[in-house]
Amino acid sequence: MSKRRAVITGLGIVSPVGNTVTEAWANIIAGKSGIAQITRFDASSFASRIAGEVKEFDITHYLSAKDARRMDVFIHYGMAAAIQAIRDAGIEDVGTLDAERIGVNIGSGIGGLPMIEHTDEVYHAGGPRKISPFFIPSTIINMVAGNLSIMYGYKGPNLAIVTACTTATHSIGCSARMIEYGDADIMVCGGAESCVTPLTVGGFASARALSTSNDDPVAASCPWDLKRDGFVLGEGAGILVLEELEHARKRGARIYAELAGFGMSADAHHMTAPCDDGEGAARCMKNALTNAQINLDEVEYINAHGTSTPLGDLAETIAVKQYFGNQAKKIAVSSTKSMTGHLLGAAGGVEAVFSALAIDRQIAPPTINLHDPDPACDLDYVPNHSREMKINVVLSNSFGFGGTNGTLVLRKI
Amino acid sequence: MEITEIEQRIKKIVAEQLGVKEDEIKNESSFVNDLGADSLDTVELVMALEEEFECEIPDEHAEKINTVQEAIDYVSASTSQ
Repeated sequence: MSKRRAVITGLGIVSPVGNTVTEAWANIIAGKSGIAQITRFDASSFASRIAGEVKEFDITHYLSAKDARRMDVFIHYGMAAAIQAIRDAGIEDVGTLDAERIGVNIGSGIGGLPMIEHTDEVYHAGGPRKISPFFIPSTIINMVAGNLSIMYGYKGPNLAIVTACTTATHSIGCSARMIEYGDADIMVCGGAESCVTPLTVGGFASARALSTSNDDPVAASCPWDLKRDGFVLGEGAGILVLEELEHARKRGARIYAELAGFGMSADAHHMTAPCDDGEGAARCMKNALTNAQINLDEVEYINAHGTSTPLGDLAETIAVKQYFGNQAKKIAVSSTKSMTGHLLGAAGGVEAVFSALAIDRQIAPPTINLHDPDPACDLDYVPNHSREMKINVVLSNSFGFGGTNGTLVLRKI
Repeated sequence: MEITEIEQRIKKIVAEQLGVKEDEIKNESSFVNDLGADSLDTVELVMALEEEFECEIPDEHAEKINTVQEAIDYVSASTSQ
């Protein structure tokens, strides 16, 4: 029997650059930033006071106010993006499908920290009797997957992966494996994040991970530029519907691209810093292409991790050059985080959406704010303007704290 | 406090907490059987009543409040003391 193949048949997004796939893609292609001053709390005493917040989002377009009240914001974003993707794929009605063959695998890097911070205040002010019975189910990370299965009756695998900023990439890659292995025919997968809170911003700032370019928020996320000084926190969700190829063809589903390969690796190096030589990232890309059985010279576009940190951007550049050798400079490599900021556990989700659209529309998104490139970062980063080009094979990289790496391979079909 | 005022305030809370319309709520309505509440909803509802009427409803009493009327009776008895 030939290998079961996973293809992308639905896309959904909530992001700093738009809350629908159409709007977000239009802004990405136009090079528009979603970064601004933090509005969720008074950040005036914080070193970093900017973020890519989701704007003009109304969860009651997707859920009843009663249900929404029992979910922290990352679950709202995850549910909204997943509902978009499910509608896009046309799998809302399980009556026409086998519900036991549809799974959900949506993670988050941090989960319900806003509600945790709030409930901690409630507890200290009023004691244990004031803690809501919905506190735990509104904050734990697997509740996007849980609530979706309840809403749609999906009875297949139901889980959430938590691997910091690689969460969504691992969720999507492992979901493709589940389809390949035969656990499911359809997987709704990706990541969701919403933690623009004092503790998150304070914690990342304390680790010196965040940009402090507070005076010019739109220019603050500038991967590979000499003035890059850390990432800008983002929030949102990016969700794919993955489906077994023959299953998708039989029901006449629209196919954006194939999820052709997936690779993982660990740096085994440091809690927060990447290997200086990008060795862990290089092995991750190698594992993904090996899994996809695709040659180096077939890769045309890489949606990079590219967070705008001094060390990370350099390490990823070195990794691409080390692994791709002479091919490296022929590949378009861009960071959509220059516009969205870093969505942590959702980053790989929104970037998988952009990668699928790059293939579907044959356009490479730009890296904005790249005006004074670091001489050590000398790849083709698609600076400042999107590019129409032939794109058959895309890599999407994610690297997380703990030294956890993931790479997806998408291919035109 | 007047019974009618207690009744109005309780029905407003029940409507908000359980996501139902106020005119669908009758005094004899059971939170679970008629208004769609689950076990977590009923815990939260009691907490909301405590907040509204600035009282403490011990767990052994809370378990006996299953209908709108039982909530009205409990609150009017405890606020008249």
